[in-house]
Amino acid sequence: MKNFLQVIAFSLLMIGFFAAFSNFGIPEIQPAPPPVQEKLDLGAMTPERFITLGEKLFNGKGTCALCHNAVGGRAPPLDRVATLASERLADSRYQGGANDVQGYLVESLVDPSAYVVAGFGKAGSGDTESPMPNAAAGSIGLSEVEVNAVVAYLQDLAGTEVTVEIPKGTEGEATGPEPVTGTARTALASAEEIIDRFGCVACHKLAGKGGEIGPDLSQIGASKDASYLRQAILDPAAEIVEGYPPIMPVTYEVELYAGELELLVQYLAALK
Amino acid sequence: MTRKNKNFGSQSIPLRPRDGICGLYASSSRLSYSLSVVVLAILLLGVSTGVFVGAGDTVAEASGSAADGLAAAVIAPPELTAADYPTIAGVNGRVTVWLVAQLHLWFAAFVLAVPIFVFIIEAIGMRTRDKRYDEMAYEFIKISITAYSLTAILGGLLLFSLIVFYPHLFQYLSGVFGESMFYYALLFFAESAALYLYYYGWQWLQGGFRKWVHLTLGLLLNAAGTTLMFLANGWVTFMMSPAGVDPAGVFAGDTWAAMHNYLWNPINLHRFIANIAYGGSIVGAYAAFRFLSATRPEERAHYDWMGYNANFIAILALLPLPFAGYYLAAEIYAYSQQMGITLMGGIFAWLFIIQAVLIGTLFLSANYYLWCGMGRSDGAQRYNKFIKYLAIVIIASFLVWFTPHTLVLTNEELKVLGGPYHKYLGPLGIMPAKNTAVNIMILFTALSFLFYRRSNRIATVAWVKAGNTAQLALYTAGIANLLFLGVYHGYFTNTVYKVAASIPQVMTTLIVIVVSLGLDSAMYRGAREVAPLNWGRVPNRAQYALFLLAVAFTWLMGLMGYIRSGIRQHWHVTDVFRDNSLDAYTPTLGYAANVVSVGTILFMAMVIFIFWLSQVSSRKTPTEGFGNQAEGR
Repeated sequence: MKNFLQVIAFSLLMIGFFAAFSNFGIPEIQPAPPPVQEKLDLGAMTPERFITLGEKLFNGKGTCALCHNAVGGRAPPLDRVATLASERLADSRYQGGANDVQGYLVESLVDPSAYVVAGFGKAGSGDTESPMPNAAAGSIGLSEVEVNAVVAYLQDLAGTEVTVEIPKGTEGEATGPEPVTGTARTALASAEEIIDRFGCVACHKLAGKGGEIGPDLSQIGASKDASYLRQAILDPAAEIVEGYPPIMPVTYEVELYAGELELLVQYLAALK
Repeated sequence: MTRKNKNFGSQSIPLRPRDGICGLYASSSRLSYSLSVVVLAILLLGVSTGVFVGAGDTVAEASGSAADGLAAAVIAPPELTAADYPTIAGVNGRVTVWLVAQLHLWFAAFVLAVPIFVFIIEAIGMRTRDKRYDEMAYEFIKISITAYSLTAILGGLLLFSLIVFYPHLFQYLSGVFGESMFYYALLFFAESAALYLYYYGWQWLQGGFRKWVHLTLGLLLNAAGTTLMFLANGWVTFMMSPAGVDPAGVFAGDTWAAMHNYLWNPINLHRFIANIAYGGSIVGAYAAFRFLSATRPEERAHYDWMGYNANFIAILALLPLPFAGYYLAAEIYAYSQQMGITLMGGIFAWLFIIQAVLIGTLFLSANYYLWCGMGRSDGAQRYNKFIKYLAIVIIASFLVWFTPHTLVLTNEELKVLGGPYHKYLGPLGIMPAKNTAVNIMILFTALSFLFYRRSNRIATVAWVKAGNTAQLALYTAGIANLLFLGVYHGYFTNTVYKVAASIPQVMTTLIVIVVSLGLDSAMYRGAREVAPLNWGRVPNRAQYALFLLAVAFTWLMGLMGYIRSGIRQHWHVTDVFRDNSLDAYTPTLGYAANVVSVGTILFMAMVIFIFWLSQVSSRKTPTEGFGNQAEGR
């Protein structure tokens, strides 16, 4: 019986060690929730909002940034892809049917093997086959509007003219990571509603009222432009204002709808 | 009965083939196993023929006559909502299915693996005419026999859990695989029949032609068991890399196409090898348990010998296992780069740090057991001075494998460190560095085994010096090549070519191991024994190393089960059948570790209980004063 108990104690000790290491020895990361479909008011879509949507899709549902990033080197960087498109269309290795930059960019999302950047093909394929999946199918499944939004973002990123047609009128669908609540919600109509819902004044002062944990935003538009504000909301860690702790949630990128983000940014930029 | 066995050195070994796990409860085990097998097989037959599958939204009859049956049915995945997943008495369906599936898998891995090496050991016994091998093979199969009934019971429970908690998924899968489930059920009966004949006929089918018949039964048992595993693997891998269906998941009617999906063979290979290593480790734990409980020297000697052989089997299968793992990971990348990155990046990247700890534990405990085992012979003292260097290299390799690439840091820490990577240690976190470390770890484990083999002998061939020099040169060249490949591909090529080093590295390691073992065998043919190998002369802590091997293996299998399933993310069947349950999110590593720990505790509790029963069953209590048998009648 003594051996029986000793062996049990030893086994429990080892299992406890493995469990403790997994819980406390490595960083505990909360995986992103599965994407849910959310309604987009395409009728109110401006070129800027459409580009913002494209950026959101690029980093979120589209999973483009998983490979097309500066760190991994697994896929070619896309910051200049719109300017390089003409060159690639003229390349003898080009196998697609596009005639212009926009067509090339759309094709690169839905038929990535039409042109494979040298050094980034599947091993053994001689750069004729891309490892990238069709972004409009499978688990990514971007809609036509979403593909166009990503193209608009890529054109804007390269500093070229955004040629894709901005959708008008009817409602469309876009997807992104699920909001914290776990269910889709109705888009908020004004900046005040957004500020109220997301509790910005718990940390920031607006019109002289609110917390002091974060910088005072009462006249933020006087010193910061819309681009800065957009980045500060989407990626607060990019620049921390001196004297303030880096505690602003990083979840707004997934919680705010594209239209709401723009409403909020424009509202803050106007506070002078 | 106790008889002298000179092959065991000077120890007197009890050879009682009916002792142990078989003795007391084999008959009750036989009954429960029979019942379990029958119930599970009937359930599967029912599923395969549609008895338990309603004509719901997943299996809708298409145009054509009903007589065409399943082949003519349109089998498509439905779009589910959270309400389509039953909640029963507050029980979490996902955790229930997870735990039951994992427990079933642990037992199944064990009971499928044991007959494989039992068959090989029996064949060795036939070839060498050494009775010890035959007896050891018999004792190994005895250990696994009770686990068969538990495997079948857990299989039935898994089927029941799936039907209860994921009815639509099960409906879809049974629609696609109904035909293979039918064959699965039939094979289950065939395997049981082969097992009964193989196990209960062991003493009857001895000698001459009868032994060949027995060995053939072992082959049939393994063929049935392995085919069963391949069938089940087809169902699992279909969920990862579906085939035989259109982009909407509609089944085209070709079961073989669905079965023969992209990841089927990589998983088959990986599981086949891993099962053998796992089976060896569990049998080793049994031997360790019996060794620790033994009161007589001959008993200790017997279980020491058994533990050594079990550890040998575990190591032998453990050595190629990382290579099968690379192959599987490479095929996952080839199937879907997105799935590959999900596997190796993001949250799951940290899982491989936990995996490194576990595999490091496996290698260290297996090596430690070998080093302790060298104490069985006084002749091993010549090699003791090398052990510390082996330990240093293996630990250093483990630390490289353990090194994370990207660190999760606060902004302040990022500023201090100057980036998400450590300046000097960060480069060690990339795969080529880890691959190099693993290969070196494997080479040095093989070296530990070489030292162990030599511990009680001295080579007498004329070319000893040349042979030793050749072995040294072989190892030096091998390690140099591993380092070159790792450094070149790791730091001087594009990311997509970094894994290109893995295949030549694997080949280097295998060549060094095979050639050096071949050379060593030739050198030590007819070698002189310098000191006897005293079985049983091994410290108790070595037995705990064997136990650690079993626990770490079990936990590791559970962890890798989590990632294998987790890389499907919010899909029941990747890209074609979405999981819309409330549990569709990926659980955190900590949560998964807790579930795996609970599963391991349950499994080990059952296994230790089986070990304990085996010990109790071998005890004979005098019945003096009970009954009316006359003394000496």
